Amino acid sequence: MTRYTSATEDDRAEMLAAIGVESAAELFAQIPEPLRLGRSLAIPDGLSEAEVFERLAALASRNADAESQVCFVGAGMYDHYVPAIVDAITQRSEFLTPYTPYQPEISQGGLQVMFEFQTAMSELTGLPVSNAGLYEGPSSVASAGYLAIGATKRRRFVVSRGVHPHSRETLATYSQGYGAEIVEVGLEGGLTDAAALAAAVDGETAAVFLQSPNFLGAVEDVEALGAAAKQHGALLIVACDPMTLGVLRPPGECGADIALGEGQPLGNRLDFGGPSFGFFCASEEQIRRMPGRIAGETEDVDGRRGFVLALQTREQHIRREKATNNICTAQALNALGAMVHLAWLGRHGFRELGELLVRRTAYARQRLAAVEGVELLHEAPVAREFAVRLDAPVAAVLEHCAERGIAAGYPLGHEYPEYEDGLLVAVTERRTRAQIDDLADAIGGAIAGHHAHGAFVAGTVEPAATRGSFSTDGVQKAPQAGGVA
Amino acid sequence: MADANYPDDLLYHDQHDWARLEGDDHAVFGITWYAQDSLGEVVFYDGPEAGATIQKDSSYAEVESVKAVSDVIAPMSGEIVEVNDSLQDAPERINEDPYGEGWLVKVKLSSPTEAESLLAAAEYQKLLES
Amino acid sequence: MSALTETPMQRERAKTIYEKSKPGRRAAVLPDAGVPERPLEELIPAHLLRSEPPRLPEIAEPEIVRHYNRLSRRNFDLDSGLYPLGSCTMKHNPRLNERVAALPGHARLHPAQDPKRAQGALELMWLLQQSLSEICGLPHVSLQPSAGSHGELAGLLLTRAYHADRGEERTRVLAPDTSHGTNPASVTMAGYEVVKVATDERGGVEMDDLRAKIAEDPDQIACLMLTNPNTLGLFDENIAEIASLIHEAGGTLYYDGANLNAVMGQSRPGDMGFDIVHLNLHKSFSQPHGGGGPGAGPIAVSDRIEPFLPRPQVVRRESDNGGGPSFDLEFDRPQSIGRLRGFQGNFGVFVRSYAYILSLGADGLAEASETAVLNANYLKARLAEGRAGERLPVAFERHCMHEFVLSGKSMKKELGLATLDLAKRLLDYGFHPPTVYFPLLVDEALMVEPTETETKESLDAFADAIEQILIEAESDPEIAKQAPYTTPVRRLDEVRATRRPVVRQPLGD
Repeated sequence: MTRYTSATEDDRAEMLAAIGVESAAELFAQIPEPLRLGRSLAIPDGLSEAEVFERLAALASRNADAESQVCFVGAGMYDHYVPAIVDAITQRSEFLTPYTPYQPEISQGGLQVMFEFQTAMSELTGLPVSNAGLYEGPSSVASAGYLAIGATKRRRFVVSRGVHPHSRETLATYSQGYGAEIVEVGLEGGLTDAAALAAAVDGETAAVFLQSPNFLGAVEDVEALGAAAKQHGALLIVACDPMTLGVLRPPGECGADIALGEGQPLGNRLDFGGPSFGFFCASEEQIRRMPGRIAGETEDVDGRRGFVLALQTREQHIRREKATNNICTAQALNALGAMVHLAWLGRHGFRELGELLVRRTAYARQRLAAVEGVELLHEAPVAREFAVRLDAPVAAVLEHCAERGIAAGYPLGHEYPEYEDGLLVAVTERRTRAQIDDLADAIGGAIAGHHAHGAFVAGTVEPAATRGSFSTDGVQKAPQAGGVA
Repeated sequence: MADANYPDDLLYHDQHDWARLEGDDHAVFGITWYAQDSLGEVVFYDGPEAGATIQKDSSYAEVESVKAVSDVIAPMSGEIVEVNDSLQDAPERINEDPYGEGWLVKVKLSSPTEAESLLAAAEYQKLLES
Repeated sequence: MSALTETPMQRERAKTIYEKSKPGRRAAVLPDAGVPERPLEELIPAHLLRSEPPRLPEIAEPEIVRHYNRLSRRNFDLDSGLYPLGSCTMKHNPRLNERVAALPGHARLHPAQDPKRAQGALELMWLLQQSLSEICGLPHVSLQPSAGSHGELAGLLLTRAYHADRGEERTRVLAPDTSHGTNPASVTMAGYEVVKVATDERGGVEMDDLRAKIAEDPDQIACLMLTNPNTLGLFDENIAEIASLIHEAGGTLYYDGANLNAVMGQSRPGDMGFDIVHLNLHKSFSQPHGGGGPGAGPIAVSDRIEPFLPRPQVVRRESDNGGGPSFDLEFDRPQSIGRLRGFQGNFGVFVRSYAYILSLGADGLAEASETAVLNANYLKARLAEGRAGERLPVAFERHCMHEFVLSGKSMKKELGLATLDLAKRLLDYGFHPPTVYFPLLVDEALMVEPTETETKESLDAFADAIEQILIEAESDPEIAKQAPYTTPVRRLDEVRATRRPVVRQPLGD
């Protein structure tokens, strides 16, 4: 008996007798003998709760998180303040431990949350239909591609290079399966090259993919860029950052057929990348092609208002090979976190937060641009993130800042070789003016140091030495390191 | 529509579709009482457009209930000349009046002799009972 | 029903948070910008700005808390009672796992953190990979897929890449008629055609049909997707032969890990001959289901599939200079199918599942599976007694693994009670019903998976409730047909919700 099971020896004996077998082994006799493991797994023995906690706390302490470092890294996930009520509500058993609301009579809480969430996302994006959530951002982009093929019967995507590199790569991965060709359109001055985009779109184009603000932080003129899509009957698919939609014009007003994105900034932790949720909103025309769960309002037999999963025939459990998508989750708990965060911010708080981001970002951009050896990578308008060029190796500058407790940003060179010297800097409401000033000083110091000393070597900090208080011994000696085959 | 009903003036396909011949080379198609009853309340009808070509024994449309989707099989081949647009807003007509207001498409037949392979009402009912 | 029999929840009309909004109320107080308050139009051109703030609710914190607490009470959940939803493995969600996932070193770690400053997270991922590899009996693991369905898509794209590398292009994927709906949906999304394989009278793959489907065109067989034990809760005894047939044809064998909870530490998919396995961390490995997500769907693969795994891949590097090993994200994988999503995967889920594996250990995992199988067979035996045995016979009469499927065909014919009615009446008895109407192969199916974390007492209570409902139906079937009565709402009009969908709240100014 482990701590999570309850069957005592007496229980087992009674249960075996009721089944009519001598031992549980007889129940496993249906597994052909050669396929039975016949030994213990090469996994260490179980540990007490206190030991497990210590083991995981030791691992956690070897990570430089946004509590121990001042985090200016964004690139799709942001260190926002998640209000306390989000944790209080999402940790309630009634939200944490049920499954998909297959039985609506006893799932009204979850279904109503979905309905409220759909309303919020629809309102933010300016599109009439929202689903209850997808896995996360980039795979939502790939799902939009699948929808576009179904809607247009065409198989070519025109994708701006301003779309998140993870989204572009995920779209390419999925395209190997459902069969689509991708044409990439470059950036000019931080923004999608409008002439190149217009030239790339034709009658074979299923969809045009834009992102605003784009990966370099620049706010795109979605309406102007989208005209080419409209002209050729292609869908206009716009990835957006929900936290900017209190101030930026919603994609639905700019002609987008689909607006989607990574939901993490709303009520979700960084969690080293997940779980979070993807949101997915569309025009009325696409409602029956939407991926994922959708809650709808109705009444019960006594005329009481209630909610159910609507339009289920789109989904895999009914339509099987003809489903609009294979997804079977709504990331319901993550969407609940978003909904509570949005309610907490409220109509005006959400707008004010957007304004705060724009103003602090403007300050940070100006402050960094004034640093010797830093120049703006582009001058396009930005909302919450911006890109600079550094007159010193980016890795070395990041290392210098990290040693001073600052995660200075996201290096662009890996995914944009043309911006080898580029750094993407993100701002949230947690990043104070003083921290921004520190960042500017640290970057300035790093660049000055680089030029003063020729070149200093990046990567001098050993792994696991991030925090002085941590001793690696506890983990190194742990049985799991050698115990697993 | 409460009770099972299979009009004698129609021809039936074993995939639960009917055809009403009109003149030498036209017909109206729909689904039978049995089909709509098995499916339950129809919530959506996804039909072809006028001008489309359809092939006997192949699917040309879909009808959906809350928890099922059914292909609609063409009893005969031809070209769609008219579709029942009213079903977009009122798919329940397929339940209420499967042989009347719930008709699906009107077709110009490419092989009117295919009618010979279809079942008469009595034969179709025998099939349902077996 | 008259107002006299209404529960308090029923008397209260559901109000959305938008309907509780009143201009001027608010919860959030934001920090001062601390920087010049420049007009937005100076920073961003006016035509790119939003004219009116979105109509989010205006409401103070106490009422937000009350609103969502009230909604929570309109949910049934695993912490309140038995939730024997077949194929979903509704086992206990240890709270320790929530605590460790919430540690700032996990919860506030940015996914783009330099790997050398995320060594604890990468080591945790590597350790989880090692554990899952051992449990599956396959040497390589990618944690990236976000859910089981995502793992399926990954597996099919891996199959495509594997064949392409050999200069082959195959078009057909086999799946039993009992398969989960995600299987055929994933097949189409991955650009393949589904070919259904029949089920034999013992509930396994019909071998003659399998041979015939392969023989039609062996060179076109890309993959067979199988759940084992399958969705009937039965272990396919012919698995070794199935594997050799598929491998002879040149296809890959894919394991849908939804039912892994039956075989942890007992039997391994890799040893059965599977090339690619997905695991549902929210099923076998105790990640809470969250009302429908989040989960995670890592995949384990054989050597021949490994080169094509998604990138990045977590790797362990030995030190050159005598220090300890370090952990890294490997991007340089030229044959990789590429990314399936952003960043590295659902790390928060990995933390919980790794904590679960550490807690149970090798013997605990094996014991969990054994008890899951014991519980299922016990409940099956209890339901073979009395009226249930007569009206709700098990679809395939043999020992089951962790779940079993009953058929309500006779109940419907003799008592006029559909499986749906029984399910709805169970709600009044305080139980979550089993999965209903799946697998499609069984008429009026009820798929029951109690899991190892239920007590004998709760299984007895469930069996007793079914017996009571059947007794009650003998005298008055209408009771069940009109059920439920005690829930926050009663049967809902799903036709209306789909015919004329209302999927958002209309908002005024």
